[in-house]
Order: sequence, then structure tokens, then C-alpha cells
Amino acid sequence: MSDALNALGAAIAAKHAVTPSIAFGELSLKVALADIVAVMAHLKEDAACRFTSLVDITAVDHPEGETRFTVVYHLLSMYQNHRVRLKVAVGEADMVPSIISVHPSANWFEREVFDMFGILFSGHPDLRRILTDYGFRGHPLRKDFPTTGYTEVRYDEVQKRVVYEPVKLVQEYRQFDFMSPWEGAQYILPGDEKKA
Amino acid sequence: MDGDIRNNSYDDGTQDKLTGEQRIRNFNINFGPQHPAAHGVLRLVLELDGEIVERCDPHIGLLHRGTEKLMESRTYLQNLPYFDRLDYVAPMNQEHAWCLAIERLTGTVIPRRASLIRVLFCEIGRVLNHILNTTTQAMDVGALTPPLWGFEEREKLMVFYERASGARLHAAYFRPGGVHQDLTPQLIEDIDRWADEFQRVLDDLHGLLTENRIFKQRNVNIGIINEQDVQDWGFSGVMARGSGLAWDLRRSQPYECYDEFDFKIPVGKNGDCYDRYLCRMAEMEESTKIIKQCVAKLRVEKGDILARGKITPPSRGDMKTSMEALIHHFKLYTEGFHVPDGEVYASVEAPKGEFGVYLVADGSNKPYRAKIRAPGFLHLQALDYMCRGHQLADVSAIIGTMDIVFGEVDR
Repeated sequence: MSDALNALGAAIAAKHAVTPSIAFGELSLKVALADIVAVMAHLKEDAACRFTSLVDITAVDHPEGETRFTVVYHLLSMYQNHRVRLKVAVGEADMVPSIISVHPSANWFEREVFDMFGILFSGHPDLRRILTDYGFRGHPLRKDFPTTGYTEVRYDEVQKRVVYEPVKLVQEYRQFDFMSPWEGAQYILPGDEKKA
Repeated sequence: MDGDIRNNSYDDGTQDKLTGEQRIRNFNINFGPQHPAAHGVLRLVLELDGEIVERCDPHIGLLHRGTEKLMESRTYLQNLPYFDRLDYVAPMNQEHAWCLAIERLTGTVIPRRASLIRVLFCEIGRVLNHILNTTTQAMDVGALTPPLWGFEEREKLMVFYERASGARLHAAYFRPGGVHQDLTPQLIEDIDRWADEFQRVLDDLHGLLTENRIFKQRNVNIGIINEQDVQDWGFSGVMARGSGLAWDLRRSQPYECYDEFDFKIPVGKNGDCYDRYLCRMAEMEESTKIIKQCVAKLRVEKGDILARGKITPPSRGDMKTSMEALIHHFKLYTEGFHVPDGEVYASVEAPKGEFGVYLVADGSNKPYRAKIRAPGFLHLQALDYMCRGHQLADVSAIIGTMDIVFGEVDR
């Protein structure tokens, strides 16, 4: 299994500037932002790859990282029966070239990534929000977006319509911290100030 | 244009000049979000030319609950029940993907009995889903009896869910490292008896629908997709198999212990709604076969149902006698377990298609990022492509055949 993946990764790396790696029995390729459409088209057309089916597009936010986002593509070949993952490092100001010309099914995935992370796709025909509310502001899956969000809705009996209001919580949203002092917790517990 | 279609004549004999655009006007209608054939909260903006659909713009997200965001602030075990709430028609199949992802990252091998129980309940989930889909598909095109008959069977299966996990729907039964509790011998016997009787129900449904004139008129040659469409739009599951692609993850990329079961993969010929209906009916028969084989294996295969270790709780007996086990139990259910660094994509053949989880772990007790890949999301995306040129009434037949559940589409 892993030999075949190694060979596949090496074959792709011979044609394009990609860095293959294998972990947990899965092949992933690091691809430069500018090459993504070319690599995607190659993977689709090449007889040894035939990654004709797009499984997923998503992104991961690393606020502390060198480039903020990683856009992750998953591809599947039903003919060769193998999978591949493509990873592209994307900065906050970067535009990602849309791959709709290669895989029409990328349309909604790219809209979702835009909606959730605010990553823009150049050449996308219809880059609207998809999952969030009409008129929603912000990009919820960014790490700096609070889980509670900024607005809440309720039905107003006086105005006879649904109104938007800033979130008011009776109790702070609880984010439990399980890091123990033995694992190098960075905070000082109340009462421990003297020792520090 | 305000919709004025009068053609005014004036005293001097002249008439209003109308441009071609004014004479032929497309009609925009709003389908849903509260429409019985929308299978949930789907809003479609349809552009109609007479009764022919010219364009169809699905607006989704009305059931968006931010599952992926919520998961980032909860432990791995606390996240498991969210998966029941995705495709709530066949809950355990979703949990399975989540468990597989964690097990691959932690390198856990689950006991054989647990593996068999998982297969058993995955197939029960498949039957649950297909009964719902085929019968409500019939309801979408005008028949009322099939759902009434089918739901009775669903009820029996949900009782099995309840007897295994304590909950009819949101089971939280599959756990990382195995399943929550063992099945009683009586339950296994009852499932076996149900599997024997189920064939008769399937025959009844066949009798109601398969050669039904109205059902065929509404489904044959509707929503045809070919192999190229399947690839372009990323279809999976029955949507791919209905078009003749014998693609099933249980066979092509076996997970759990599916490789030791004897079952066939039904494929369609024409790729229309009717073939997909036939595929689902045939799949239920195959699932029943797997259930029978599972039951036979479970009768002999005794043993533990959890891979005892860091990610699973100790047995009740250990907890009462061993201090370490008690501490472990406490830590597991408060802090949760830590999953080593890494990323993995685990997928299962859910009844609707390929359901996958892309999990990025950072070594803590919470997932850094979890992306849920739902088959319905891709299927619904192609609705515009499939509906074009069809009649308005066919839209509900096509939505029905896609097997859309908004829990998983909107997440």
C-alpha cells in the first residue's frame, strides 16, 4: 500500500513542484499556491492518477503560523482506487485560483471556505456566502471568531418581526482549560502569585 | 417589468410596442423553505419558463448549527453525539467515521466483537435510511401508503437502537475503541428474527411501487446522470451506483471487517430516479444478508467490546476494585483523552454516499479542526444541473432521489 503511494507521490513530484509525504497510510502533497490549478488538472488527466472525483475542499486556520491558512483538497480516483490530499499555504491577503474549470463540484466547497474563513477564490463565478445567514458578518471558523458569535435573533412581539441584537449571555461561555501545571500551563492560578 | 401583460391599443390605432424580452417573461418562484417535498429546510429559487425549470438556485444553511466550530471547543468524546445529529436518519453510520478517524490517529485496534456489532448497526442504519428514502420518494410523487408501511419497520429498527444504546435516534453508541455496551443475546436473536421477516415487507413495498404505473411515470427517465456527471459533481453512494458505477467503499476500500462478508453491490443501468430506487431496494436486501451473517458470527464471537486502554473507560468491575482504574475513569470523562499530532481523512460508505471526516489533531484533548464531508452537500449542489429542462413537478422527484437530509448538508 505504502509502496504504491510512494511511487505515486514520486511520479507526481517528477512533473510538478510538489512535496509528497505519507502519514497514516495517506498521501499528501504540498503544492504552491500558483500551481494548484495545473496540478489539479494533471492529477485528473494523468492515466496513472485519474483523480477525477473531488471529495472535499476545506481550510485550516493557523493564526500564529507563517501563512495563516492552509487550504486542503481531497481527491479520489474511482478508477485507480486511491486518494490524495493537496495542501496549499494561503496568506491572509492571498487569492486562491478557483478550480471550477477542472472540477465543477468545487463550486459550493469554495463558497463554503469563503464563507467560513474569508479566503477569496479568483475566477469563481458566484462567490456568495452559503451556510451562514443572509447578511451575516465575519467568518465563523477563523480561530479569532468567538463560538457564541456577535449577534442573536429573537421574535419581537412589538415590531412583529425577528430582530437581531448583540449577544447577551447570562453566564460567560465556558472554555475549559485542561492543561495541567505539569504540562507547562502558562497561567498562574489565584493564590500561586507568590511562588511565581 | 411589473408583470403587466396587457397590450394597450390607442385612439389612433397604434399599439404598445413590446420587445421580445417583454413578450416572453420567465417566472421566478420560491420553493420552500417550508415545503413538504423539500425534505427539510431547503429554499430553492426557481426560474421557470412555463412549467420548465430554467435555473435553480438552492439556498442552504437554514439548519446550520456550526457543528464544526462547536467541535473545536469540546473533547473528542463530547463531539461524538454531534454526529448523530448530522444525518439523523441513520445516526450510527456518522459516528462510525468519527471513531475511525480517532482510531487511526491513536493506532487503536478494536476487538472483533465490537467490529461485528458496528457492522451490524451500520447495516441497520442503511436499512433505516433506505426505507425512509424509498417510501418518502413515493410520497413526493403522490403515494401515501408506502411511508405508512415503511415507517412501521423503521420503528422496529429504532427499538433495536434503543435496546442497544438506550436512545431511539441519537444513540452515541459507537465509541472510539469499540462500542459503548455489549448486546444481549436476546437482542441478537430478535434482530435475526426481524431479518427473516423483513423480506416480506420488502416484497410488499415492491408490490406497491415497483410496477406502479404512476410511480414509474414520475421516475423513469427523470434526472438521468451518466458516469461523467458522477465524476464531475463528485457523486457517491447510490447516486453513483445508479449510473452503473460499481463503487462502494465497503468493497473497494474495506474498513472494519466488511471484507469478510458476502454481499453484492447493486448497480443501475440508466442512471434515472427509478434505477436509483431499485438500487436502494436491492441494497436493503443485501444489508439484510449482512445482518444475518453478522448475527451468526456474533453468536460465536464472545469477548470484550472495547479496546481497553487510554481512550476507553475501564470495565465497571475494575473501576470498583482498582484505584488506577477509577482515576482513569474520572480523567477520561472530565479531561478526555489526548490524540497525537496528525491529520487523517476517514470515510465510510454511509447510506447516502461517502461520509468523511477530516480531522486535524494537535496533541490536545480537543480537535484542532474537524471537517465533515457530507455526501448530500455535493448531491444538492448538482440540483441545478439535474433540474434544468425538467418540469417543475420533477424537482421534488429529483430532490427525493438525491436523498437529502439537511442535518448533514447544513451541519
